[in-house]
Amino acid sequence: MVEAHAIVKRYGPKTVLDQVSVAVQPGQLTSFIGPNGAGKSTLLSIMTRLVPADSGEVRLDGRPLSRYDSRELARRISVLRQFNHVPMRLTVRELVSFGRFPYSQGRLTKADEAAVERALAAMELEDIQHKLLDQLSGGQRQRAFIAMVIAQETDYVFLDEPLNNVDMKHAVQVMKLLRRLVEEEGRSVVVVMHDVNLAAYYSDRVVALKEGCVAFDGPARDVMEPATLKDVFDIEVAVGEVHSCRVCVYFAEAAQLLANGRAAQDVVVPGLR
Amino acid sequence: MGKAWLLAATVVLAVASLFSGVTPLTPADVLKGLSDVQVRVLVLSRIPRLMSILLAGMSMSVCGLIMQRLAQNRFVSPTTAGTLDATRLGILVSMLFFGAAPPLVRMLVAFSFAWLATWAFMRMLERIKLRDPVFIPLAGMMYGSIIGSAATYVAVQYDLVQNVSSWLLGDFSLMMRGRYELLYAVVPALVLAYLYANQFTIAGMGEDVATNLGLSYRAVVNLGLGIVAATTAVVVVTVGTLPFLGLLVPNLVSILWGDNLRRHLPVTVLLGAVVTLACDLLGRWLIFPYEIPINVTLGVLGSVMFLFLIVRRTAYAG
Repeated sequence: MVEAHAIVKRYGPKTVLDQVSVAVQPGQLTSFIGPNGAGKSTLLSIMTRLVPADSGEVRLDGRPLSRYDSRELARRISVLRQFNHVPMRLTVRELVSFGRFPYSQGRLTKADEAAVERALAAMELEDIQHKLLDQLSGGQRQRAFIAMVIAQETDYVFLDEPLNNVDMKHAVQVMKLLRRLVEEEGRSVVVVMHDVNLAAYYSDRVVALKEGCVAFDGPARDVMEPATLKDVFDIEVAVGEVHSCRVCVYFAEAAQLLANGRAAQDVVVPGLR
Repeated sequence: MGKAWLLAATVVLAVASLFSGVTPLTPADVLKGLSDVQVRVLVLSRIPRLMSILLAGMSMSVCGLIMQRLAQNRFVSPTTAGTLDATRLGILVSMLFFGAAPPLVRMLVAFSFAWLATWAFMRMLERIKLRDPVFIPLAGMMYGSIIGSAATYVAVQYDLVQNVSSWLLGDFSLMMRGRYELLYAVVPALVLAYLYANQFTIAGMGEDVATNLGLSYRAVVNLGLGIVAATTAVVVVTVGTLPFLGLLVPNLVSILWGDNLRRHLPVTVLLGAVVTLACDLLGRWLIFPYEIPINVTLGVLGSVMFLFLIVRRTAYAG
């Protein structure tokens, strides 16, 4: 279990996180949602030792992160922040291989190669594994970076907005893959994301942040309440059910329709699950 | 084009380098048996010159490669980050305050200056949020010029302008036995660069990625800067400045092969040797029996390449 305990973080006069305590349960997919500037990414960075907290403590299995050896920690927790514009001409396979660095320090063993193969297969990158990163589309590059942290084979995988710049099809593909990591390999995944519908559908648990505080923390399905979502995002949200899947509509007119209780049956979303 | 071709080119050019010069000496003479004069020319001048070309060319190319990785910018090199200018200032200071100190002391002072200036430049880069890739080398060149003008000012005060400008010119014609041996100090730096190549590539992906993979980003950056500063100091003290070499070679390697430092370090080293040998030979042949110092041939080639890279940048994400 990764626990953030009473985390405080300030940037200048602005308090980004105010006494936030969150526990990430093993074997679950947890989503951090919330409006821009709510502190989601900062919390994720603090929980993965990328950014130090001003006060409070992060513990992995009861032991503070600061007491772990950095290489040992790299085999327990992996994190990917913005899938940035690294201006590097590496092949996909070379990039994914770096995920094995905490184990092999660069000299890949058979086991390392196998892990790289699995990660490439999981992200469906085998066909383009020898292409250079700068020849890929944004979505492909994103999947390559995700494959790198998958190859790291850590118990906990933290991803900051993995669906940024990804189209619908690949967003669903990424979420399904993360789901598989949880269900088939028993890993724990934490994602920061903006799409509430995807978060609620694919996560086990949702943590909603607002202005540096936890506004909601509970089973994913329970976040889908108009009152809760309004509280978090500060706009009118209607929640309907399509094929027994709760969806929210937050853009004004459709929200009005749903609020009137009319559109839910009319909206046809085939093959949602 | 691969490693084998580069290796062949290195060998051919190295042989050409050995047999070029005012004293007649041909491969046929070697078979027939060399005269005393020829043996002395070979041992005292030609071989030292070849060795210093190889060592300086290889190590300056690797320096550029490391700096580009760490700065995450293709245009950063000892020429465009103030490293060369600071090294010259360091040499000047050591000449002033340590008088007749041996080259080793001079080198240590130069090393400290190079390290400090490059470190300060890298810290500055971290603060600059607007990271237009072209802006950074230009800022680096201005920064270098400021350091350089400080050096010139000091030189004027102490009547050392001539000495300073001679340190400015990279030139292999003075490489003789007894004057070039310090260059062997770059060999451990090259070995270290190879051993830590993966770490440099990872650090080049940013502090987050490095931390995620269990690396101490700061430690890797400091090691890289140490290698760069030590190598630059050694090369400038013995040979002089080799402008743009650290920019030219790594960029060619990146365009032709890619950015995996570990995998491409051998080709970088070989290409560095080939370019330096070729530029040196060109300078020796063009106005034979006189010589154009390599500083000039490299400077022309390097600045053309630099412009080409800047123009090409839009196509080739910088």
